[in-house]
This record gives sequence, C-alpha cells and structure tokens, in this order.
Amino acid sequence: MTIAVSTRPGRPAAFDWVRRLPEYLTIWVPLLLSAAHLIAFTLWTIWISFTPSTLVPVSGWVGLRNYSAVAASRNWQIALDNLLLFGSAFVLLSLVTGLVLAILLDQRIRGENVLRSIFLYPLAVSFVVTGTVWSWLLNPGLGIQKLVHDLGWTSFRFDWLIDRDMAIWTIVIAAIWQSSGFAMALFLAGLRSVDADLIKAAQIDGAGPVRMYRRVILPTLWPITITVIVIQLQFAISTFDLVRALTNGGPGIATQLPALVVYDLMFQRSLLGRGAAAAVLMLLILLAVLLPYAAWRYVQRRRAIHA
Amino acid sequence: MRERTFAPSRILIYLIVSLIAVAWLAPLAVVVLNSLRTNEEIAQGSMIGWPQHLAWSNYATAWSGFCVAETCAGIRPYMLNSALITIPATILSTLLGAVAGYAVSLWRFRGDNWIYGIVTLGIFLPQQMRLLPWTIVLRDTGLMNTLTGLVVIHTIQGLSFTTLFCRNYYVAIPHELIRAARIDGAGFFRIFWRIILPLSPPILVVTVIWQFTHIWNEFLYGVTFTTGQQQPVTAALIALSAAVADIPQHGVQSAAVIIAALPTLLIYLLGGRYFVRGLTAGAVK
Repeated sequence: MTIAVSTRPGRPAAFDWVRRLPEYLTIWVPLLLSAAHLIAFTLWTIWISFTPSTLVPVSGWVGLRNYSAVAASRNWQIALDNLLLFGSAFVLLSLVTGLVLAILLDQRIRGENVLRSIFLYPLAVSFVVTGTVWSWLLNPGLGIQKLVHDLGWTSFRFDWLIDRDMAIWTIVIAAIWQSSGFAMALFLAGLRSVDADLIKAAQIDGAGPVRMYRRVILPTLWPITITVIVIQLQFAISTFDLVRALTNGGPGIATQLPALVVYDLMFQRSLLGRGAAAAVLMLLILLAVLLPYAAWRYVQRRRAIHA
Repeated sequence: MRERTFAPSRILIYLIVSLIAVAWLAPLAVVVLNSLRTNEEIAQGSMIGWPQHLAWSNYATAWSGFCVAETCAGIRPYMLNSALITIPATILSTLLGAVAGYAVSLWRFRGDNWIYGIVTLGIFLPQQMRLLPWTIVLRDTGLMNTLTGLVVIHTIQGLSFTTLFCRNYYVAIPHELIRAARIDGAGFFRIFWRIILPLSPPILVVTVIWQFTHIWNEFLYGVTFTTGQQQPVTAALIALSAAVADIPQHGVQSAAVIIAALPTLLIYLLGGRYFVRGLTAGAVK
C-alpha cells in the first residue's frame, strides 16, 4: 500500500526522488491523463449545458433552460419513447435468445466450437457494417420482401423499415442479431460453472431435464442475468452507429434515439448548450441503470466476504 | 441429459441450433454473394440471390475505383487511415495499460485504488459526454481532422479498458515474487521487464484484439473529428451509401463492406478464444 521509499542509509532523499523520476512519470502520466480527462470532460460538458452556447462555447448562465428546451422538443420525446421500447425489447429478446442458445450448446453437441463462433462473429463486425447490411435485407424493394415477391408470393409484406410505427423494430432485429452471442457467451460460462454435485444430487432425486433446469440450474444464473441486462441496457442507451447506418433516425424521426439527438443538436444544428444538456440527460439515464447495479454488486461482495 | 444419444429430442436440438446458425450466417452470405454480382443483376432481382457469373471486378472498383464526393480512389485511402489510426493506438494503449495495470496491482503506491477506480469509470462514461471537450481540445491543439488526433483519443480512452484487463490479470501474480525481486534490488522497470512481461502474453493478446476491434469499428469520433480524405473506413462507408443513394451500386457497396469488415473478422477467426475472453473479462469485473 505504501509508496516504496528507499531508506538505504547514506542516500539523501532528494537524490532518491530524482533517481526514481522516470518511474513516477511512467506510473502517473497515463493514469492521470485518463482520470483527468474523464473528470474534466464530464464537468466541462455539464458546465456547457448550463451556458447559452450555440455555435461556439460561451460563458454565461441560463440555468436549466437548455434542459427544458431539450425535454420539451418532439425529437427528444420520441427518442425517449423509442429508447424505452428498443431498450426493453432488445434486452429481453437478446436475453432469451442468448439463454436458449447457451442451454442448447450445453447439451454436449457436436460442433459446439463452430456454432459458438457463428453466434459470436457479429460482435467482431462494426455496427456500421451491421446496420448497412440489415438496411439492405429489410429494404422492401431490395431485400427479403422483394425476394418473396419474386418467388411469386406477391401479397407478402415486410416493410417495417419504411413503416413509421414498426421501423424501431428493425433496429431491435439488427441489435439482437449483433449481440445475442454476448449473452450466450456469459450464460454458457455460467452453465459450465454450475456445481456438479448439485446436478448429481438432483439426478439422484429423479429430476428430469426440464425440472433440472427450472429448479436447479437456472436459479444459479440470476447474477449473470443481471450483469447481462445491465450491459445490454448500457449498449441500448448509447446506441448510435447502428441507427445511423440502418435508418438514420427515419422514416422522418421515427427511429430517433438519445445519442442521435445529441449529435444532431451539437453538430448539425450547432446548439452546443442543448446538445450538452441532452448528453447529460443520457448520462443520468445511464446512472439510473448503473448505480443500482453498483449498489447490488457492493452488497453481493459484502455478503461473499461475511459468508 | 448429458449423454450422446440420438433420441428425437437430440435431433430437435440439432435442428433448432442449425436453423439459428443459418439465420446468423445469412446476412454475411448475402453480402458475400452480392459482392460477386453485377449492379444490374441486383437491380433486376433482389439483394438475395446467387451470382450468375462472378463479378470480381466489384472488388477492384470498391478497392480503388468508386467515387465519394469529388475523389475517386475507392475505399483504399480510408482503409489506410483506419490502419494508421488503429495500429498505433492499439499498441500504445496496450503498452501503457500493461504498465498501469502492473503499477496498481503489484507495485502499489499511495492513491492507487482511487486512481484505478476513476480510470475504470471510463468504461461506462458515454462518448457523448466527451464529444464537445474533445472537439475543443483537438481544435486548440491543431489536431482536428488529423489521424494523430484520433490516435490520441483512442489511446487515452482505451486506457480504461487496457488497465482493467491487465490489472485483473496481474492481481493473480503472487506478491512474494515481486517482494523477493525488490529485496534483490530490482526496480520498477526491471521487474516489469523481467517478471511481468514474460507472464503477460495471454492478456496482451486479449487486450490487443479487444482494442484493435473496437478502434477499427469505431464510428462516432471518426465521423465527428475528421472529414473527407481523413476519415476512417467506418465513416467512409456511410459517406459511400449517401453518395450513391441516387444510383445504387449494391455489388460494389457489398464488396466495400466486406473489405471494411475483413480485418476484424480475420482477427476474430484467428484469435476467437482471446476475443471471447476479452468480452467476458469486460463484463465480469
């Protein structure tokens, strides 16, 4: 814990300090740069959100005016509605998909490694690529609908991409495709670490596979489930690239999300104060998810130590 | 439930898993097939189809032919930009993260827990909170619209991840080892070089793969802080779709998408195990 100050006799402390300067610099410069930029940038953005800045940052104080302007805008309201729908649908569905995949892969099946690689490869690809590819597949005049029409079933409709009410679901689809593998990987790790004695005991009691999962195995997975939910929510809240490439917020502003509103305010409308306020609101939404999680983790850890 | 038999239930399991696997591979297959079809062929049918004859020329056009805005150099300059951003930023952030992780886990100094805690908060802080400050910093330092600017950003921001990865790995190294080396008179650098680094290859591979994938795939900073010929390939792909919106060239665009995705896909194929370890290491802190 204590800093290693050499106490060898005969060496003046000042000399020691100079001798160890490279070491101090190597330790502190990167860490301080990282920590300082995090704190300073956060405070800086918060400060800008209280100023009347438009094209360039200016000093001044407008109180919460930027916040009320953002909150009252239709763009932001739609973004919040969308975030609620997208966040819950995406988290729930990717959780279910990931869990089902993990359970299926845990049945000692052949080719598990290949299958796992297939479900995880989308995570190695950028959201821009994913969004672009899905924008082609879901484009009614180009993708799946067109294919089915060409095959002769001309009454088939799958035009969510250009349907104001359904467009947000295209983002749900692409996001599930991209990141269910992540939930699968975590669940699989969890399944593999279930106590073998527990399973053996349940088998001796005559539990069938369904009962085994419901009563014995799945209950041990809930801490992982919470971690997956929090990480996927964090992703949902800051989603930007995927929407930018898939729908660009459209049709109209039907698939607007908070991160797009921030970008729009800052760099397209040059309303820096409002853009900063929207970014701070995003941070608050994120904290509403992360703080309870951190508290839960803390309690868990305390229990683990006392147990 | 865990023995290898071919009961109907097992056939059902294979059927379901295979169907999902096909669905997961389908988007990739569609793009690969499209990259080999001519634009006219795609325009006549749909994006989903088998190439009539292989149009390899799409790749040549995508690599060095098509036009974005006024320049017609294909995707090549943007791939180069991405490489010139990603490689230095990956190496720097990994190296600095390894030293920082070693310092906070094994060397220990006053305030180490505090600074480590703050650094790891960077994993959660949304990019949107840093956009304006970075804009101002880059403008004032003359690094706006330069590759160097993006290298600096990704190095500093990457430290949150790389320090976390390395610290969690080094924590498992017995302290006695370090203490013994210090009694023998080894200093900070010598211990790092002689003891820590030789133990590090697994975590360095995880960190490098993680950083490379994330920096290569990053879009928001690329599109915000660079324009035109300085953009990374993710931003260029969006610019390309916008540029050809009137006369779509889906064959060429598909080839461009494949080229842009290839580096990270190859790394995933070669180092999948380490990639997954990075994913779960980031999740379970």
